[in-house]
This record gives sequence, structure tokens and C-alpha cells, in this order.
Amino acid sequence: MPVPAYTFLLLSGALFTMGAIGFLVRRNPLVVFMCIELMLNAVNLAFAAISRYLNSLDGVVFAFLVITVAAAEVVVGIAIIVQVYRAGRQMDVDGLDLMKE
Amino acid sequence: MDTLAPLVLLAPLAGFLVNALFGRQLPRRVVGWVGAGSIGLGFILSLAILIQLLTGAKPLDQTYFIWWQSGDFNVPFNLYVDPLSTLMILVITGVGFLIHAYSIGYMGEDQGYSRFFAYMNLFVLSMLLLVLSGNLVWLIIGWAGVGLSSYLLIGFWFERTSAVVAARKAFVMNTIGDVGMIFAAFLLFLNLRVMDYTAIFSRVHQLPKGGMVITAICLLLLVGAVAKSAQLPLHTWLPDAMEGPTPVSALIHAATMVTAGVYLVARMHLLYDWAPTAAATVAVVGGVTAFFAATIGTAQVDIKRILAYSTMSQIGYMFLAVGIGAYAAGMFHFMTHAFFKALLFLAAGNVIHAFHDDQDIRHMGNLRAGLPITFWTFLIGTLSISGFPLLAGFFSKDEIIRAALSAAGSEFWLGVLALITAGLTAYYMFRLFFIAFGWEWLSRDDRHLHEAPPIQTVPVVILATGAVVAGYFPVANFLAPIFGNPVEAGFTVVLGLAALSVVVALAGFGMAYLLHARRPELAVAWRTRLGPLHTLVEHKYYIDELYDRVFVRPGFALARFLNDRIESRVIDAAVNGVADFFLVEAKEFRLIQTGRVRSYALWTLGGAIGVVLVVAAFLGYLPVRLG
Repeated sequence: MPVPAYTFLLLSGALFTMGAIGFLVRRNPLVVFMCIELMLNAVNLAFAAISRYLNSLDGVVFAFLVITVAAAEVVVGIAIIVQVYRAGRQMDVDGLDLMKE
Repeated sequence: MDTLAPLVLLAPLAGFLVNALFGRQLPRRVVGWVGAGSIGLGFILSLAILIQLLTGAKPLDQTYFIWWQSGDFNVPFNLYVDPLSTLMILVITGVGFLIHAYSIGYMGEDQGYSRFFAYMNLFVLSMLLLVLSGNLVWLIIGWAGVGLSSYLLIGFWFERTSAVVAARKAFVMNTIGDVGMIFAAFLLFLNLRVMDYTAIFSRVHQLPKGGMVITAICLLLLVGAVAKSAQLPLHTWLPDAMEGPTPVSALIHAATMVTAGVYLVARMHLLYDWAPTAAATVAVVGGVTAFFAATIGTAQVDIKRILAYSTMSQIGYMFLAVGIGAYAAGMFHFMTHAFFKALLFLAAGNVIHAFHDDQDIRHMGNLRAGLPITFWTFLIGTLSISGFPLLAGFFSKDEIIRAALSAAGSEFWLGVLALITAGLTAYYMFRLFFIAFGWEWLSRDDRHLHEAPPIQTVPVVILATGAVVAGYFPVANFLAPIFGNPVEAGFTVVLGLAALSVVVALAGFGMAYLLHARRPELAVAWRTRLGPLHTLVEHKYYIDELYDRVFVRPGFALARFLNDRIESRVIDAAVNGVADFFLVEAKEFRLIQTGRVRSYALWTLGGAIGVVLVVAAFLGYLPVRLG
């Protein structure tokens, strides 16, 4: 028995909301990163589900694209976090407001 | 001939470049002879062209290069050499050369010697370009060049405020005319799609005769001609142009510049034949100006100003002639006028030098003893311009008056006006002569006036010869290929009209003799008797004052208003207002740039939700109706 498409979308929405809320409330940069990954994967899930539903490969292709971008982004992001840590800054995203000026 | 024609242009160009670039380093003697010699060379080349034309060479319309091309608009650089332009270049270079040679002596002491000759050569160059050009675009370039160099020369003594003001006035007046010319060229191109004369003349008949278009074109050309030739109502710059050195006045008045308008109408005669209304306007402008300027001339006391008004009046004759279709008569008068007017100005320059730059004729007198050559030549010029029989002015002026009187309708009355003007001319010229050159001080003369050096008297004598014999040149026959054969008037008609004009001129002479030589107290009595009329004429009909009230002052008031009110309160206010607005807003928006990633994320999320909501509303998923 096939699972209806909307269940995947509901799951995707729930994951995205969790990611977004986590991004907004947590201050630890690593956790913030994990939240971002959560949101990206929620989107991937939606892409894959709708791709299957529409019998088209377009959505899957986008999902792969997102995975690639996410991987690259993590590399850069983690590198920045490590550099900030080495500089002896506190690990709190609210403290990192150098871009204000 | 196709190599001679551009050389005529290159000679003054070379003179101009040498004097403009190296004039300060060169010795004065070289500067003067480069300036005069280049024009003299131009004259020799023009003579060669004349000889070729007389020995049966065909008129030339040679394209040397295409200046620019855009779609079907193409401007060639072509020269148009026919009897008309040959006559023009002969007078321009011939009389121009004499004036240049005279200037070597006259300007000898001046600081800006090389600058003067550079400007003079530029002037002649522009004028030659104007008359030799074979299309309207280059004509307008020459036209504007004449305006520019006249501005430079009138304002030559720029340390005098009055000279600067006069130069500016001339330039503004000329620019009004230039605008008319340019619009005429636009209209011509829009309707005929061509710019060169040959094509214009062959296509003009495609336009309806006397129609709106051709009349508008001719009237716009007339605006240009009127401004350049100092006819009513754009004449006020000419008397003020006397602020320039005297040779400049001679050049502007005799050989170049003011005759450009006459040349333009004569050159475009096929157009004017096709627009009778416009041609009639030319005639009326000319006839009225001739009379108007002559009346002003009767009441002036500045020797150069009297001559300036006499120029206006004589150019008016030429306009009258070309307006009624007597083109050959107009060009004939142009040529004789060039001789006697250049003569009068250069002789006046000698007088002014002798009196140490005093130009008031009432301070002069008894010049025969001190300046015999100037005295006799000036007398010849005066006789010639007054139409004394067998002198040059007599023939050419008579032809114009005869052409006007033999025309029907309103042109007949213009002829009568011209006849009256002839009398006035004799009056004001002899008034000038008797007051400035009269001999009542002969017995007690201790002023030790000195005649000018030969470099200043020889050109005057040559011009005087011209003023005597120029009337015998068969100009009308020479121009016949362009304007058609001259109408043969019956012998009795010619004789009768000649007698009539001589009587009128004699009446003018008699008046002048009576009032200013015989019984000067009568002149004083008449002046008081005429009262306001005399004041009116003496103040040039208050035209300057009228223009001042109507155009200049409102112009200044408008400029002041724009400067004080519009500039500061509207334009600046708008610019500053925009800047202030963004400054204030920027200060407010600055607050949301906290540098905190989480607040940005919140904004982003809010924006995303907003976008989703709007899209949803548009698609009808929400219970709200948009759009």
C-alpha cells in the first residue's frame, strides 16, 4: 500500500519548523549548523517526495544539488567556527556581531 | 579651376594659422605682410578664376570629400564657383587686401598686432567659405565663423567695457539669425532630402509654389540674412560694432559680413522666386531699413556711426533690389558699395588718427590743408555714395531705383521711398562732409594735423579709383548666366530716372550746404523747430531703449528670479530634500543591522512566511481576496 504524498510533506514541514526554531533559539554555533542541515534535508525530503509523486526526475536533481551545496557550506562554516574558536572568542553566535559596522 | 578654388580658402587659412600660432615670435613687419599677403594671394587666385570664367570655363561644382554621411543625409565639402561667388570673392579678397594693407599702418602701434591680423584673416576665411561653399551646411559654418570673428574683432580692445558689451550684443543678434538659418536648413532637408545647392535648385520646384513650406524656408533664411546684414529689426548691433578698430568696421561694412545676407538671398534666388510672399517681405524690409537708417544718419555726430547707418541704409537698397527680383542690380550695388564704403571708413580712420581718437565731427573741420589726400578721397566717396553722375554709386543705385519704380503695386512705393532715401543719403553724407571737413577755420588753423603715412593713403586712393570707375564694370552681363539677361530699359526712361535721382541728390546736397556750410544758424533754428522729431531721430527712434525694456530687462529679471527663487527654493530644495530624506531613513534602517545572525534569520523567516502568505492569497487558498 503506497504511502500518500502529503505525509511526506507534513514530515518535511515538521522537520523544517524544528530546524528553524532551533536556529532561532540556540546559541551554540555547532547546534545552529545542525539546525541548518535539518532545514536543508527537510527541503530535500519534499523535493524527493514530489519528484516521485509527479513521476519526474527534476526534484531529485535539485535534491542532489542541495546536498552538494550543503556539503560545501559545511566545510566553509566549520572552518570559520574553528578559526573563531582558535582566536579565543566565546562560542556564542550572539557575541559574533563584528559585521555590524 | 577645381584646384584654384580651395587655394583661395587655404591662403587666408595659412595666414591665420601662422599669425595665430607664431605671431608673437615673428617681427611685426612679417606679421603684417603675412596677414595682408595671404589675402592678396587670395585676390590673385580669384582673378585667375575670373579670367577662366571669362574665357569660357564652365561654372564649377566640385566635391572634394564627403564630410559625413548618415542614412540619406550626407554632407559633402563641395565648392560652388559661378559668376556670383566669383564676384563675391573678388570683392572680399580685393577690398579685404586693401583694408589689411591699411591696417599695417593703422594698427602699427597696437599691442595686439598679431592677434589683430589673425582675427582678420579668420574673418576673411569664414566669409570666403560662406560664399564658396556648395551646400547649406558649410554655408552655415562660414556664417557662424563670420559671427565669431566679428565678435572677436568688435571686442578687440577688450579692456574697454563698451567694446565687450558691443561684441556681446553683435554676437547675440547674430545668433538669433543663425538659429533662423539652421531651422531653414532643417526644413529644406525635411522636404527635399538634400543639402547641396545643385540638388536643392533642381528639386525646389517639387514644392508647391508660394506654399507654406517654401515661404517658411525663405522667411527663416531671411531671419538669418536680416541679423547678419543689420536690417530692421535686428540692426542694433551694427552701430555699436563701431567699438572695434576702424579697419574692422571697414571690413565688416564694405567687403564682408553685412553683405552676406544679400548674397544669401541672391544665391537662393530660385527659392525666393518660388515664394513671392517671402521675396516681397525682403523688399519691404530693405526699403524700410534704407529709409529708416538714413533718417537716423542725419542726426548723429559720431563720424563712424554716421557711416554705420549709411551702411545699413545701402544694404537696405540691396535687400530691396534682391527682394523685387533685380538680383543683378543688388549685386552691382554690393560691389560699388564695397569700394566707396571701404574708402569712407579708411579715410575716416585717417581723420580719427589725426584727431587722436576723437570721433565727434563737431570737433573736426578744415581738413583740406592738413590731410589733402584724405580730404579729396573722402569727397570722392561722398559723391559716389550720394549718386553723383558718372560715379559708381550713381549707376548701381539708379538701377535699383529704376527696377523698383518700374514694378507694379506696392513695390512702386518702395521705389519712391528709395528715391527719397537717395536724397537723404546726399544730405547726411554732405552734412558729415561739411562739418567734419569744412573750411571755416582756414584762417586760424594752429592744429598741425598730419596726413597719414603712405601705407594708409595708397589703399584709400586705390579704393577712390574704384569708387569712380566701378560703375562701368558690366556686372549685370557677367551675372547673366545666373539671373538671366538684364531687362533693357528704354534710353529715355534711363535718362529721365537718372535726371530725377540727380535732382533728388542735388536737393539733399543743397540742404546740407545751406544748413551746415552756408548758414549754420539755420540748422540750429530747424533743430529747435523740429523739436521732438529731431530728438526721436537723434536717439535712433529709441529702439535700443525699447529692446532694453522689452527683452533685456525682463530677461535679467527672469534670470534674477530663477537665481534667487527657483534655484534655491525649488531645484536646490528638491535635491537637498531627496538627500535629507535618505539620510533620515538610513538612520532608521540602520537600527535593524544588529550584526546578530539570529535576528537576521528571524527577519528572513518572517519575509519568507510573508511571501508564502501573499502567494497563497493570490492563488486563493486564504479567505482574503487580493488583486
